[in-house]
Amino acid sequence: MVNTAEMMSGYRVLDLTNENGYLCGKILGDMGADVIKIENPRGDSGRKIGPFYQQVPDMEKSLYWYAYNLNKRGITLDIETEDGRQILSRLIKKADFLIESYPTGYLDKLGLSYAKIHEINPKIVMTSITPFGQTGPYKDYKGSDLVVMAMSGLMYITGDPDTAPLRISFPQAFLLASAHAAAASMIAHYYRETSGEGQYVDVSAQECVLWEIANGIPLWQVNKILYKRAGSFLSGRWSDTKQRLLWRCKDGFVSFYILGGPSGIKTNQAITKWMAEKGEIPDYLKNYDWRTLDMLKQTQEMQDRLEKPIGEFFLRYTKAELYLESFKRGIMLYPVCNAHDIQENDQLKARKYWVNIEHSELGTTITYPGAFAKLSETPLTFKKRAPLIGEHNPEIYEQELGMSKSELAVLHQSGVI
Amino acid sequence: MDKKVFEGLKVLDFGWVIAGPMTLKYLADYGATVVNLESSQHPDLLRTSAPFKDNIPEIDNSGYFAYLAGNKYSVTLDLNQPKGFEIAKKLIAWADVVADSHRPGVLENWGFSYEELKKINPGVILIRNSNQGQTGPAAKQPGLGNHINGLAGIVNMVGWPGKEPISLQVAYSDYVVPHFAAAVLIGALDYRRRTGKGQALDISQLEVGLNLFAPNLINYPGVKVDESLKGNSCEYAAPHGIYRCKGDDRWCAVSVFTDEEWLAFCKAAGQLSWSKNPKFATVINRKKNESQLNELVEAWTLQQTAEDVTKLLQKAGVAAGAVENTHDLCDDPQLKERECFWTAQHEVLGNFTYLAQASRLSGTPAKLYRNAPRMGEHTEFVCREFLGMPQEEFDACLMEGVFI
Repeated sequence: MVNTAEMMSGYRVLDLTNENGYLCGKILGDMGADVIKIENPRGDSGRKIGPFYQQVPDMEKSLYWYAYNLNKRGITLDIETEDGRQILSRLIKKADFLIESYPTGYLDKLGLSYAKIHEINPKIVMTSITPFGQTGPYKDYKGSDLVVMAMSGLMYITGDPDTAPLRISFPQAFLLASAHAAAASMIAHYYRETSGEGQYVDVSAQECVLWEIANGIPLWQVNKILYKRAGSFLSGRWSDTKQRLLWRCKDGFVSFYILGGPSGIKTNQAITKWMAEKGEIPDYLKNYDWRTLDMLKQTQEMQDRLEKPIGEFFLRYTKAELYLESFKRGIMLYPVCNAHDIQENDQLKARKYWVNIEHSELGTTITYPGAFAKLSETPLTFKKRAPLIGEHNPEIYEQELGMSKSELAVLHQSGVI
Repeated sequence: MDKKVFEGLKVLDFGWVIAGPMTLKYLADYGATVVNLESSQHPDLLRTSAPFKDNIPEIDNSGYFAYLAGNKYSVTLDLNQPKGFEIAKKLIAWADVVADSHRPGVLENWGFSYEELKKINPGVILIRNSNQGQTGPAAKQPGLGNHINGLAGIVNMVGWPGKEPISLQVAYSDYVVPHFAAAVLIGALDYRRRTGKGQALDISQLEVGLNLFAPNLINYPGVKVDESLKGNSCEYAAPHGIYRCKGDDRWCAVSVFTDEEWLAFCKAAGQLSWSKNPKFATVINRKKNESQLNELVEAWTLQQTAEDVTKLLQKAGVAAGAVENTHDLCDDPQLKERECFWTAQHEVLGNFTYLAQASRLSGTPAKLYRNAPRMGEHTEFVCREFLGMPQEEFDACLMEGVFI
């Protein structure tokens, strides 16, 4: 079964997701699975999402589509037609995974419930990605990224205390859910391979994002402390004292915080040593014994007194200067990067993170973020750019399913493919 | 009898903090035997992080640690003692998977490079989670998830237009890793099942994190990336924001994408006079007049609770949802009905709540099989039962202070 050193080669994934689920199939594709993205003949809704190549809105130029449909083949199929469903059934027979992100109940109405799909192929792993899951009082709620983020905790603690909670502006909820869905599908896959039984995987985006509030749930359950917004500070974890997380520097911002305990001492000592060498430190900070810092007993006044001169010090340097020197001194300080900074990041370059993928249809090569893991035996590979609309119809319908050109012409003209 | 996906699978975890241990939770919650190797000399940062039972910061009192340690065993071992090192080698030989999430180099310093591990256990799978990967000039740079939030560009995407970015309080990037890491780890397990070959997995938190805004990182000559801060707005939807509601710090998300949803919103809101104004009739007009629209929507939401706005709009087919704090989440009817929280009586923490896996597998559900361990709770059990160590030998090691 395994011909090449790709961990998932030989396994087939039918990807019926929209933008709420692309990343799941992409992860499986990166691992070597044969992922077939099935889209509506009018083109998938995610193709309308920007940014676009050369800023030209076009169904074949969405960078969102490009990024999350790498390593997939693509066919068109209207599963709302009887012919479409029959073709899908044939594909299901030979598939190992089916992933979808339709609203709850949609596939049931088409006669494509899990029970039905299981009947066609009892070994299949079927994974559904929805805002709130397949059961419960909110199962039919509409959930945009904003709504799921609102209902899962992270948003309430993000932003300034006196203004509205904030989301991360690049939609995250369904990316987290899709990545989780890949892991959950792999769990079901492992079970199928060892037991012969397929199963249904019900992924809730709300529950996936819920993991992102760190110790928020135990803080409430154990100490009845409500995690609150605190701007660019950390609050409520140790005491009422806020610790600054984001610091302005000469040309931007850096991530840094005064951490208590053994993990913090080295960084704290190193930063005050550096400030002292520069002669840019008040005496009380120069003589401060970091071993005495106890975040449980630290008052805001004490904290502010430590943070003020450090903040003034950072203002004199650029984020690159601060990072370079912190790097040498082993200080836990990192620049707040934009896309350009990330593309120039030396570490990523040294690890050959970026991959160039040919887009013959554009007559160019485009650079993408690369493998999410480095594997010694079965490296993740990037074989193909995201498919054009219906690009692999001939390959799959004619060569694999043995359909005739005239049959395909009928299906094409009737809008099935 | 429960069907456990990973029944019999043995995992040894040298790691600590969030990304590594949470990755292994995927295995533990589905039945794997995960042994967390600890040392009181270098306690896991989470063991010294709040919340603590009764606010007493003792080693077994952290609810943060417990949150990620349900279904795992704990063994304490001093790796700097020859006997401790020998026992660790036996555990490596016992394990199918060895995990590490220390700074690159630490495992090597203990004498457990991948090459050494293979000598002890040729088919071993080694999974290593780190900030920036095992190789490259920045591999050994210390840092935590909050720092990587900055380096990975996440912080740069939070804030109001024209203002400073605002940091996330949580180690966001840490919690992204486990989904990817678990997927590829299980892939490696399945590959080994078929071929007998183990391997080493090198996972960089930075590299994983970039997947969450990959479209903005695609590069070609002439690329332009819009990185302006956007608050809660969306380029192609309005109203799209968080609106203040009745009560103290209560808010509701409302997102209207299509004209159909807009009409449904207007109807649900009771056909307010302003909603018929042509300046809000189309997406283009709503975007053009968005700030005024937002004020008008908020004037309406302010008169009712976030929960009522949610119910009313959802009933009409408009995406809306109350901004939930941790108290709300613990009482959320959806999460409750889906048994999203696992509650158990913990011998130190009392009635304790764990978070369930975020998906439901129809045939092999995840479960809480055992409470989070006290430090070293299973040292004797693991040595005796898993390694078959004679009682006398265990007692002798105990006396020598190997298990600290």
